[in-house]
Amino acid sequence: MDDKPLYEGSFAVIGGNFDHAGEVSSGIKAILKRMGLSSDVIRKVSLVAYESEINIVSYARKGMIRLRVVPDSVMIETIDEGPGIPDIDLALQPGYSTATDKIREMGFGAGMGLCNIKSFSDIFHISSEIGKGTCLRMIIKTNHRS
Amino acid sequence: MQEKGPDNVDLESIVKALNLKVRSGDDKLKTKVRGGYAGDLLSDVMGNSKEGNIWVTRQVHQNIVAVASLKDHAGIVLVQGAEPAPDTLEKAAKEGIPIMVSDMSGFEVIGKIYNLLNKEN
Repeated sequence: MDDKPLYEGSFAVIGGNFDHAGEVSSGIKAILKRMGLSSDVIRKVSLVAYESEINIVSYARKGMIRLRVVPDSVMIETIDEGPGIPDIDLALQPGYSTATDKIREMGFGAGMGLCNIKSFSDIFHISSEIGKGTCLRMIIKTNHRS
Repeated sequence: MQEKGPDNVDLESIVKALNLKVRSGDDKLKTKVRGGYAGDLLSDVMGNSKEGNIWVTRQVHQNIVAVASLKDHAGIVLVQGAEPAPDTLEKAAKEGIPIMVSDMSGFEVIGKIYNLLNKEN
């Protein structure tokens, strides 16, 4: 029953462009709102999308965020062209960050992004290839409405 | 400083009590404030603040608007005489996010808002 998506779309994110950071996530939030999903789900997906978007902007040359809504869940998938993550376990440790000073000055790069994504997702998957890029896949379930 | 608070505190009453200057969203001052959050680390704010919170920060760049909008904050208070960057104001107007400023330190602003929100509890 998960085969037929209620919504499916991809959004491009440009690396290094902090002026537009968050716009894709805002767009995704608006789509889910229009679809009438619960505010709890919208909050989780917005956070996951935003942190993923910021990661692409902060570290990659460019990337893509895919949104797929099926009857019982929302999937956010990101694929970027970037340096990749050499040690994923380390990157998932709270507080670990390779952010530049410029990124940190804006209040990003506190080493909390991936942890946030993981804790707000029901299913979290990360894979990365050095010199190629990083892929994230997050699923937020919608069927346990509170 | 999180959640709770009486239901009758809106942005306008905080603006008046703290003598804040409103830089955007002056048509939204009737918005109810449900608790607050303070922080300059955007992921911390994304992860821990709640809908309806008033957010106290020293960050002035336009990304604060995206955070406040995604988290459905009641508004943002910039402290220590900080002013929103021009593109922050532009974005705030577009997204309908109230931004207020104060010359007071973050510590003072947070303390005063905390007291207002908890007065009637």
